[in-house]
Amino acid sequence: MKSMYPFLAIAVAAACTFATRLIPFVIFGGKKEVPDAVNKLGKILPAAIIATLIIYCLKDVSFVSGNHGAPEIIAILVTAILHIWKRNSLLSIGCGTVCYMFLVQHVFA
Amino acid sequence: MKVIFKKAFKKTMPVLFGYLFLSSAIGLLFYNAGYNVIWAFFAGLFVYAGSGEMLLVSLLTCGAPLATIAFLTLLINSRHAFYGLSFIERFKNTKKAYPYMIFALTDETYSILCSIPERNNKDEDGKVMFAAAFLDHVYWMCGAVLGSLLGQTLSFNWTGVDFAMTALFVVIFIEQWKSFKSHLPVFIGIGSSIVCVSAFGSSNFILPSLIITVSLLMIFKNKICIKNEGKLQEAS
Repeated sequence: MKSMYPFLAIAVAAACTFATRLIPFVIFGGKKEVPDAVNKLGKILPAAIIATLIIYCLKDVSFVSGNHGAPEIIAILVTAILHIWKRNSLLSIGCGTVCYMFLVQHVFA
Repeated sequence: MKVIFKKAFKKTMPVLFGYLFLSSAIGLLFYNAGYNVIWAFFAGLFVYAGSGEMLLVSLLTCGAPLATIAFLTLLINSRHAFYGLSFIERFKNTKKAYPYMIFALTDETYSILCSIPERNNKDEDGKVMFAAAFLDHVYWMCGAVLGSLLGQTLSFNWTGVDFAMTALFVVIFIEQWKSFKSHLPVFIGIGSSIVCVSAFGSSNFILPSLIITVSLLMIFKNKICIKNEGKLQEAS
């Protein structure tokens, strides 16, 4: 039984991850019409969630101690300014990431 | 199909870099915990969730009971329960891939799909969405295998490459900002996140934050939709 443990652990983790993603489809997905309120919510939710995900990425950055989140702030500014200017996703993300790697490895190391 | 995958590859390229790094880090964690490349491969294939897999490694190592694994996995991935709300109708365009699309709805795939405007051709729309989701999954698997096999031999210093994920969200954030007239959802999202980080701490903030966000958006949804549709009419 002990050797089955890792298999079962992965199966349980997989099932539970899938379950969280499945919830809205089970509640609203059936054959019946999706309520208007949910349709509206679905349209306006992405902007709010993407904003939340940015905070999620920064949640462990300390802005009051250490380097005060300087590498993150600088790299986000580089990404955002490049994107507003050139509007080329790969360029913005590539330069932002290289800039961040340089900052954490050499400047704020 | 080739053209569609090419298009999807271009869209998902930022995820390629982010996932190769993130997933190879997890592959290495599995390896160090005594689980070789086969384990990393199957965990990546079936669990397919960054924070979920990191949690799984640590729980495996300490031999946590299955019920604990179930409970903590549900908790850490609870944010995903909100992602499907935007795709209940649209995923039907993917036809047979519908269940796979739900399974593969990670943070990054969700963001990429949000950044792909819905096409009038439903069949093509479904294919592009599937190609993007599938490619992301492939990158994830490649990362898991590479990390497990090469993790300890790579000499290049990759520290900080995971910022690609943050940069991806920043770019999609700007695109979203430009395409909607009402910025209230953004302010609600940021506001409730910051309040919840200070109230619940950085590791527990996202679920309460999303619940508050959804509640507030439910209250203001009509106002926001009217303002956004005003913009659409101006554009057309």
